[in-house]
Amino acid sequence: MQRRIRPYGDKTDDGVIQMSFTLPVPAGPRAREAARLLLEREMGMKDVKIASMEGIATDYTYFVAYASTQASLDYDAVDVPIVKTPNYGFTGVNQRIESELKRHIIVVGGNNGFDSHTVGIDAIINMKGFSGDYGLERYPWFRAFNLGAQLKDDEFLDRAVEVNADAVLVSKVVTQRDIHKEDALGLIQRAKDRGLRDRFIFVIGGPRLTHKEGLEWGFDAGFGPGTKPSDVASYLADEVIRRARGRQR
Amino acid sequence: MATLPLDHDKVADCRHLARGIAANVQQYIDGHTTVAVERTVLRLLGVDGTGEHGAPLANLLVETLHKAGVLGKGAAWWMGRCFRLGMDSPTTMALELPRLLAAGDRGVPPLSAEDEQALQDDVAALARDAVEELGRRREHRKALRRSLGIGPDPQKYIIVATGNIHEDAVQARAAAQAGAQIIAVIRSTAQSLLDYVPQGATTEGFGGTYATQENFRIMREALDDESRKLGRYIQLTNYSSGLCMPEIAYMAAHERLDMLLNDSMYGILFRDINMRRTFIDQYFSRRIVAHAGIIINTGEDNYLTTADAVDKGHTVLTSQFINEALAHLAGMKDSQLGLGHAHEIDPWLEDSWLLELAMAQLVRQVFPAHPIKFMPPTKHMTGDIFWSHVYDAMFNLATVATRQSIQLAGVMTEAMHTPLMMDRYAAIKSVNYIFNAARHLGEEIEFKRGGIIDQRARLVLDRAHAELQHVSRAGLMDAIGEGVFADTRRKLDGGKGHDGVVQRDAGYFNPFLSLLTPAAEPY
Repeated sequence: MQRRIRPYGDKTDDGVIQMSFTLPVPAGPRAREAARLLLEREMGMKDVKIASMEGIATDYTYFVAYASTQASLDYDAVDVPIVKTPNYGFTGVNQRIESELKRHIIVVGGNNGFDSHTVGIDAIINMKGFSGDYGLERYPWFRAFNLGAQLKDDEFLDRAVEVNADAVLVSKVVTQRDIHKEDALGLIQRAKDRGLRDRFIFVIGGPRLTHKEGLEWGFDAGFGPGTKPSDVASYLADEVIRRARGRQR
Repeated sequence: MATLPLDHDKVADCRHLARGIAANVQQYIDGHTTVAVERTVLRLLGVDGTGEHGAPLANLLVETLHKAGVLGKGAAWWMGRCFRLGMDSPTTMALELPRLLAAGDRGVPPLSAEDEQALQDDVAALARDAVEELGRRREHRKALRRSLGIGPDPQKYIIVATGNIHEDAVQARAAAQAGAQIIAVIRSTAQSLLDYVPQGATTEGFGGTYATQENFRIMREALDDESRKLGRYIQLTNYSSGLCMPEIAYMAAHERLDMLLNDSMYGILFRDINMRRTFIDQYFSRRIVAHAGIIINTGEDNYLTTADAVDKGHTVLTSQFINEALAHLAGMKDSQLGLGHAHEIDPWLEDSWLLELAMAQLVRQVFPAHPIKFMPPTKHMTGDIFWSHVYDAMFNLATVATRQSIQLAGVMTEAMHTPLMMDRYAAIKSVNYIFNAARHLGEEIEFKRGGIIDQRARLVLDRAHAELQHVSRAGLMDAIGEGVFADTRRKLDGGKGHDGVVQRDAGYFNPFLSLLTPAAEPY
């Protein structure tokens, strides 16, 4: 069964989209027409309305526009891999580990490479957590080590080996020039070179990341914006328990 | 003028405690130097350009002295010694010094008292010229600034960060045309951890543009031109922080920058730079800044990005008192101290905006002569740019109502990317509207005695006072060790750059310590 959808403005299937953009030309009737043609003729939009045109610098003009698209897609055919663990909550995660694993889960986390931002890894690991959700440091059944930012790959992996980690959490914030991808791929490659890829669960997270990207880059999971520490904790609990059972068999 | 009833005795006691805390740290500073301070001394003395593998000559020379264990004498002394050995170019010095140092007394024979005096006189003469040149550049800026005027407070501070200095110049001009009064060029991520300053114009960066002397020059030149076109002087700022704090201060002074991000503790807490290194470096950087008439912006806003802004609001005030006291010891005037704070309380908390107002008003009153700097929300910004734009608007209202001096304009795409030209424009437009529409709001309102705002301000001051008492007992370095600031703990000998800290010899020579006098009128 197909379910085709279009953007919704104020009527089903009207296809309305709001847009804002800048063109590198001075404001004027010609700029307005250029903006309209760009949307209508070049991008195939209908009912283009240039709601606002403003010169924002010498030779730069800012537009707010509305238009309708005829494009639609089959919603049922949209496939997004997501991390399939339910969120057990702080208490649930701890109970699960206590009863099924009976040992601490050890985690190292940090931001490798160029990126100097610790805000992501801090939100997941530090005691305080994020948005009222406690960080891994607060979990009695986790031992979490926050290694901060600008870690060298070897330094990161050495620490994981040293504390005998179950999982390596990688945070990526800056995405300019795809530096996050380069750093992420670099770490996985280094882990492979050192024969450590399968020893740890590798998890990546960041405000501009998806599970799909994480998998494509060789991680076990990827967490995007809005992820709470308990989401990561639930996933790790399930995954570590799953792997421990696998080893028993 | 709306004011909160301030406990002036308590404020005075906070200052007293902070002076004691700073004096203690200063004792340590006065016995030491660092590789960064000595590189700055060499740059002041005219060492420029690069040597082997493109490394800056200042680095090569200081590394050589440091490896030989003789940096405690001061790079200035060694420069004078090289002159007496017949070397007059830094390139020759970099090539010859390692061999001479290795040869001990045969390479560098001891000097007579007379020769020693002559050596110091030679270098002091060079140093005097260098300091006078910085003074001339300060006066040049002052004349330009005064003739064109900078426009009213709160001054609109806008960020550009394309990675390419030439593109930055285009964006900076656009921002200035839209109303920006101060342009900040964000640095490439991780530059603070480089123990050298890159050379020349740069066109590649990550999340920002490298701070280099040539980039400073290019941007200042563009802004001088734009200032004349607009009939309004546009100020420029960059970052004197990280492992090259004093070197950047020198470059900024030389290229006539108007402001610098410069904090006595930021690097320790947020970049894990060794605390001894940072304290020594901040002192020399501020000596330069005091002379050059540059306004510093301190980084207390960052505390609230890691710690909770309600629970830890007082650490901002505590740190401001300490930053002030340390800056005074370097000769800086209140009019140069852009103490920082931020609008970072959870916006969904009931009356959160009243708490923001309380903090902003408190900082305004405690530091009345200081060009205090208010930083926009970052932690709670989201990808919903429409909501974020409203959130920034509330920040703008708090700024104008409490008469802040400098406001870093919040941009609604804060949580996503470095601002696009249109993002920045929308932000400035909102600032222009609100600053104008509520220009005299602060003079029209009164704060209710015993109300939410009054009580919050009292609480923050009380806690800051208690914290200063605690830091005063523990000593600043130990207090940082136990995580008083930003919930971050740092060890005395931990962090980056500790190996660049050197004890001064009895015969330590640095003519700039006496020559860099504070500017009578900074700007």
